[in-house]
This record gives sequence, structure tokens and C-alpha cells, in this order.
Amino acid sequence: MSKKSAYTQRAWLAPAATVLLFAIIAVAGWLSPSYTTGLLIDCLIFSIFALGLNLLLGYTGLPSLGHAAYFGVGAYTAGLMMLHVTPSFWWCALAAIGVSLAFGALYGLLSLRTSGVFFLIITLALGQITWAIAFSWRSLTGGDDGLRGIGRPDLGLGLSLQSNNDYFLFALLALALTLFVVRLIVRSPFGAALRGDSQNPERLAALGYNVWLCRFLSFVISAGISGFAGVIFVFYKGFVSPEAVGIVISAEVMLMVIIGGAGTLLGPILGAFVVVYLGHSVSSHTDRWMTILGVLYVAVVLFAPHGIVRAIGNKLAIRKSS
Amino acid sequence: MAFYAIQFLNGLSLAMLLFLISSGLSVIFGMMRIVNLAHGSFYLLGGYIGLTVLSWLGNFWLAILAAAIVVGLFGIVLQRTLLRRVSDNELGQVLMTFGILLIVADLALWIWGGLPQTLSKPSWLNGSFRYAGLVFPKYRVAMILLGLVVAVLIWLVIERTRIGAIIRAGVDDSEMVRGIGIDIRKAFLLVFGAGAALAGVAGVLGGAMLGVYPGVDFDVLLQAFAVVVVGGLGSLRGAFVGSLLIGFSDTLGKVWFTDFALFTIFVPMVIMLVIRPEGLFGRE
Repeated sequence: MSKKSAYTQRAWLAPAATVLLFAIIAVAGWLSPSYTTGLLIDCLIFSIFALGLNLLLGYTGLPSLGHAAYFGVGAYTAGLMMLHVTPSFWWCALAAIGVSLAFGALYGLLSLRTSGVFFLIITLALGQITWAIAFSWRSLTGGDDGLRGIGRPDLGLGLSLQSNNDYFLFALLALALTLFVVRLIVRSPFGAALRGDSQNPERLAALGYNVWLCRFLSFVISAGISGFAGVIFVFYKGFVSPEAVGIVISAEVMLMVIIGGAGTLLGPILGAFVVVYLGHSVSSHTDRWMTILGVLYVAVVLFAPHGIVRAIGNKLAIRKSS
Repeated sequence: MAFYAIQFLNGLSLAMLLFLISSGLSVIFGMMRIVNLAHGSFYLLGGYIGLTVLSWLGNFWLAILAAAIVVGLFGIVLQRTLLRRVSDNELGQVLMTFGILLIVADLALWIWGGLPQTLSKPSWLNGSFRYAGLVFPKYRVAMILLGLVVAVLIWLVIERTRIGAIIRAGVDDSEMVRGIGIDIRKAFLLVFGAGAALAGVAGVLGGAMLGVYPGVDFDVLLQAFAVVVVGGLGSLRGAFVGSLLIGFSDTLGKVWFTDFALFTIFVPMVIMLVIRPEGLFGRE
């Protein structure tokens, strides 16, 4: 009972925090020098990506260690469309999300045959297969060099994405849209089923839900959102290489979700900002960023396994109830 | 014909190397349910420590000994200080051991630099045997013999000794082992240390065959995972058969499908996970 009242008491908190967060980001992006704007765009891209993984990892309880596959597939597809087919953002994004969804459906079919630690291993292996495709299929993907010279796309409507300030606002809108979609999903009966699945799949099945289908849909949608993040990524950077598909990115986005708080809406965004910002600021002082990132992995598991957002939420709840 | 004889030898020597790495990974998982991504770091550390000892003392066997001791102790410290705290949390283990993998890789890059290096073999293992018009590199033959000896030794320890009985019981049901009054934490430490030491030794042996370089930790880790997935997590026999399968499929795959060399370990892995997640010799 007390738990429920604690939730209702701070029901206003999440939307308010969201609006505040977006306002801060928007102002910061507009006022800051172009280097910082670029950094913020990176943060926004990984926020979208982390929201995608969070649907599967946080809400459905399925830890995928190969999510860079969908991010990379989205980026490569959008890049290839741009280079060879059309400069229209909408067609590029549509194709990229479509291909990511298709990869998600195929890999989801295979991965969901396993559970527990085997799910981690098979998603890792499928991710590495995708990396190997990007690396080996030189005629399509450019192999090790990747795709280069991808310009900013044409948005239509007389809008331009050329300057980083414009692209920043565009990425912010993309994040807002993603957050809105994810919120719709997790607040829907389907979202409740996902949470039920992560907590007690037997009971969910007993209630007549098709547990496998819930997981599969969550997997596919999660892949689609990750692919969308890849689209925003590739048009910002102008290139994509197999690195974007590899395990380091897969693990990093997982870290973002966990640091911020898996299964919360704002946690992954916070986690993405923390990791990307730390990466940039530490790298400019020392070459040992990888060591510090490694320490961060260990520290998060030891000291904040449920993430920052939950830690803050618990503090508030305790204060209210006492 | 000569070509295939050499490829057979290459596949077999790679398989023995993989067995040294994956036997520890498999038994560690079987007993402690620890998914240890840092297992690749043990190999990397072993290789670099071997390199340093070789440059100081010039003795290959001392290099192996040093790698076994240092990496074994490193494994024990890791298990005692960090991994024990996430014993029931697979995701936590994966994140934590991935962090350790990054730390070790980065510090190794700092200390030993980024250039690929090859450990020098003992002089009497340089050169080749010639038989019936075929050329067999001596080192690879020695690698195969050593791998077989180690496999037999591990098998003897596991099947014929008291500690082996505790390990087997621990793989079956570690709660029950605890319940009959055996301090299984000691067995955990021993297995973890021995698994790490074996991977460290493999780093020296493999470093003289294939070289050590930044990223070898991850390459080796994925191969070891492929072995363990195909053979079955927790099964020593599975690790042996899996090593042979992955060793040969990797070697022959690189020969037959040069363009698809990167797929030769992942594709068998995924197929096995889809058809039979518990592997050839694992239990459901």
C-alpha cells in the first residue's frame, strides 16, 4: 500500500523531469560552442539507442549483448540509400528502420529459442556475425574502411540539416519522438504484459498471454528503435564503419541502460549522457579512457546495479514516507 | 594431399590450444555459473608476461611457469574480490567481466604497446620434421602432444582425485556439496585459479605460434565461447570435442571460404544454440 501511495505522490515527477530535461538540453545545445553541440548530438543519438535496448532489457528482462547489430544495420542502410538511391531523409529512414526490423525479426526468432545466459551468448554471436558481414562484404559496405562521404539528408519542407545547430534540434526532436513512442508502448496493456513477462512469465502465460509473442514483438520493436538511432548517427557523422556494429558498442549501450536505470523511461537517456560525456571529457585529458570505462562497468555492477534514476526515486520515496 | 596434411596439423594444434583455454572457462561456468568474459584477458596477460620473462631470462619454460603463477593468482584475486559479489547475477557478471576485459586490455596496451609480437620458441622446437615428402613444423607437433598430455592430466585430476570428485559434485549441485560440509569456496578458488593459469599458459604457447597483439584477448574469448557452446557449458569432454570441431572448422573454413573466414566460429555457435542450447555434452 505504502509503495503505491509513494508512486502516486510523485506521479507528477516524471513528466516534469522530462520537460525540464529537454528544456535544459535544448538551451544548452543552442548556447554552447559547436564542439559541445556535437557532443550533445552524440548524447542524443545514444539516448535513442539506449531507449531501444531498454525496451528489451529493462521492460522485458531480456539482456541482448548484440544490439549494435541493429544500430549498425540502420546506419549502413541509411548510408547506402543516401549514397546510391535518394537523398530524402524519409525514404532513407524508412528503409533503414525496415531493414533493422527485418534483422530484429530474424535474430529474434533465433535468439528466443534460448534463455538466461544462452540468450546473452547467442545475441553476442549474432551481433558478431553482423559485424563480420559489415567487415567482409567489401563491395557493399566498404569493408574495414566503411562507408564514407555520406552527406546530410534532405528533409523536404524547406528545412535544412546542414549546420550542427539545426541537426542538434532535429536529433532532439527524434529523441522526443522515440521517448513518446516508448512511453506509449510501456504504458499500454502490451507494456504491462512485457513487465509481467520479466517478473513472472509462468503467471503471464497462465493468464492467457502468448509470452513468446510478447518477447518477439519487444525484440523486433527494440531493434527498430536501435536502427532509427543508427540513422540519426550516420547522417550526423557522415560515415559508418564496422566499429559501429561491434561488441564494444553493444556493451556500452547496455552499460548506459544499466547506469541510468533499466526499466525506467529517463534512465537510459541519463545513462547515455553520463557515458558519452565522460568519454569525451576523459579522452581529452588521458589516453586511458578504456581503463576508466572498465572501472565504470565494475563500479556500476557493485554500487548502482539498479541505476541512478531508481536510486534517486528511492531516496524521494523514503523521504516522503518517513 | 600434402596441403591437407598440413591443414590437419594446423587444425589439431589450434584445437589443443583452444582446449587449454576453454577447459577452464567451461568448468568455471559449470561449477560457479560465472560467465567470465575476462577469460580472454588471462590469455592476453599470459602471452605478455611470457614475452617479458623471455626477454629477461630467455627461458621458455620459466616464461610458462611465470605466466601460470601470475595469471593464476590474478584469477584468484578476481574471484575473491569481485566475481563472488555477483554470483547470482548473470547480467552483472557479464558487465563486470567486460569491464575487467577493457581494463586489462588497455593497461596491457599501455605497458607492452600496440605492435603484434611473437614469442621466441625454444631453439630445439624451431624447424620442421620431414616425413614422406611432408613438412611438419616441430612446434605445432609439440603443441599437439602437450595439449594431449594436459587433457589427460586434467581428466585424471577430475576423475581420480578427491578434489576432482568435489569439482564434479560442484558442477552437478553445488548446494548439495555445501550441504554435506565441504568448503566449496576453496574448490571455487582452486578451479578459478587453475582455469586462469591454464589460459595464461595457453597465452605463452599460443603467443609463440600465433603472436600476441591488442585484441587477441577478444578473439580468443569468442573462440573459447564457441568451443564451450558447441561442446556444452560445464562439460570437460564437451570442451575437448568442441575444441576439435572449432579448431578444424576454423582452419578449414579459412582455407575453403577465404571470404567468410570471420564466420567460421560464429555460425556453428549460433546453429548449436538454436538446435541444442545445452551443447553436445551439456545437460539441460
